[in-house]
Amino acid sequence: MSVAQQDRRARATERPEFERQLVDSGAIGDVERPLSVTERLMQNETVQRFNILVALIVIWQVYSYWLDDDLLFPSFTETARMFWGDMQSGLLLNRTITSLQTLALGYGAGLAIAAVFTTFAVISRTGTRILSTLTAMFNPLPAIALLPMALIWFGLGTPSLVFVIIHSVLWAVALNTLSGFRAVPETLRMSGRNVGLKGARYVALILIPAAFPSILSGLKIGWAFAWRTLVAAELVFGVSSRSGGIGWYIFEARNDLDTARVFSGLLMVIIIGLLVESVIFRAIENRTVNAWGMQR
Amino acid sequence: MTSVLLEVNGVTLQYKTPRHLVTATYQVDFAVHQSDRYVILGPSGCGKSTLLKAVGGFMAPVEGTIRIRGREVEAPGPDRMMVFQEFEQLMPWKTVYQNVIFPMKVTHKFAAAEATQRANAAIEKVQLSQFRDIFPHMLSGGMKMRVAIARAMALEPDILLMDEPFAALDALTRRAMQQELLSLWDQLRFTVMFVTHSIEEATLIGSRILVLSPHPGRVRAELDAARFNFSNIDDPEFGAMSKRIHHLLFGDETVRGAGHEKVSA
Repeated sequence: MSVAQQDRRARATERPEFERQLVDSGAIGDVERPLSVTERLMQNETVQRFNILVALIVIWQVYSYWLDDDLLFPSFTETARMFWGDMQSGLLLNRTITSLQTLALGYGAGLAIAAVFTTFAVISRTGTRILSTLTAMFNPLPAIALLPMALIWFGLGTPSLVFVIIHSVLWAVALNTLSGFRAVPETLRMSGRNVGLKGARYVALILIPAAFPSILSGLKIGWAFAWRTLVAAELVFGVSSRSGGIGWYIFEARNDLDTARVFSGLLMVIIIGLLVESVIFRAIENRTVNAWGMQR
Repeated sequence: MTSVLLEVNGVTLQYKTPRHLVTATYQVDFAVHQSDRYVILGPSGCGKSTLLKAVGGFMAPVEGTIRIRGREVEAPGPDRMMVFQEFEQLMPWKTVYQNVIFPMKVTHKFAAAEATQRANAAIEKVQLSQFRDIFPHMLSGGMKMRVAIARAMALEPDILLMDEPFAALDALTRRAMQQELLSLWDQLRFTVMFVTHSIEEATLIGSRILVLSPHPGRVRAELDAARFNFSNIDDPEFGAMSKRIHHLLFGDETVRGAGHEKVSA
């Protein structure tokens, strides 16, 4: 390669320096500009979920208007009117409160028994075997299938309902908690034992917080099972003691062919489900697993 | 001169895997003195981490004794604080401050006011004051390790047990952490037992180096490395020390085969 060729090649790849006057950026506006209220609202999760609900309601309303048969499919406005009326008369409210009381009783008892079972399972190998066998047996068994027997054992009333709710909560929660405990990293266990933690304090201060993501998902599954089972059980045998629950409200309305009232009962079941999931459990998650970076 | 803090006499350690009974160390003796930076060095399979776990009280020797201040080690305890290699030793549900104060709260070693003050001082020492109320998942690996060290030191244990604490860090952070550990030692003169597989790290960090041979771990040598630090890392003497250790570990291949037979279960 001659010197002249080399020179030419160097010049071809050479990139000249340059300076220039700044372009006026006034057209784009301020560098940092707050988002407008609408822009911020559109990003908010609650608002987004609310929009989805509104869309579903609109579809419901349009479909029922088009079908025009109140017996088969009452409109949203009709259902809402019935819902509001029964709330004001206290009928729906009382039914709901009855259901929620039974639910709280069953859910609480289920959690307490699950805690006992998992404690045994954590302490001893035998306990683990017992729990995993029982869970494998009873978890696939629908709680509602036990209702006929429960009615014979405990009679028509709250104890039978509580029994089936316990059955639906217990296995899901115990299974999740145990698998959460098992997944706690060895290093974390050792750093707990290193400072001399033992027994109940070790479980409370190390295992439970470390396994909290699985415990929480167990609690959520358990709650959904319990609510579902309760409504179904009330549909089957109706009144417990003097006042029936939400399932009984639906059952009664269906017997009267009062479809709007059936719908308002279903609406109540859904609303409570939404509230528990998106208010209570969301708040717990934000304060715990999300803040700790254990879940995103 | 200095007093003996930890005495390990003829310790043989064995553990079970699902299919084998593994002998990790065989009749190991050594003594750690007050304010030693005692390094246990050896290739993988020499049972150095198992040895540290035994001192921590997480496993019992099948033969021999481990005594700390004359008392036999039976269970894990806060007089022997461990710093692990893994970052997950911090509790993700506690902030930096809560992590540091947690052992002091659990052990009731200090009154509440003093514990608060000690926790803050320890966090300050490892330069994490501005991250005091942050959860561990927002910290880098080196910062998490500093929190673990602060947590262990704040409790003022008799001995600090470190299991390859810098092995999971990148090279630059590891160098910074080694310097930090040495400067902390200069201020506080704590006793530390440090497990590593890096000859360079052992020579830099340690004041005494116990060299173990593998399969099963047996004592090969104990060396004095107090004269080495970052200022003479390029000196020929430092290199000679590294070579000597290297020779001790890998030089005489004939010795390595001995004791290789499987221990019957």
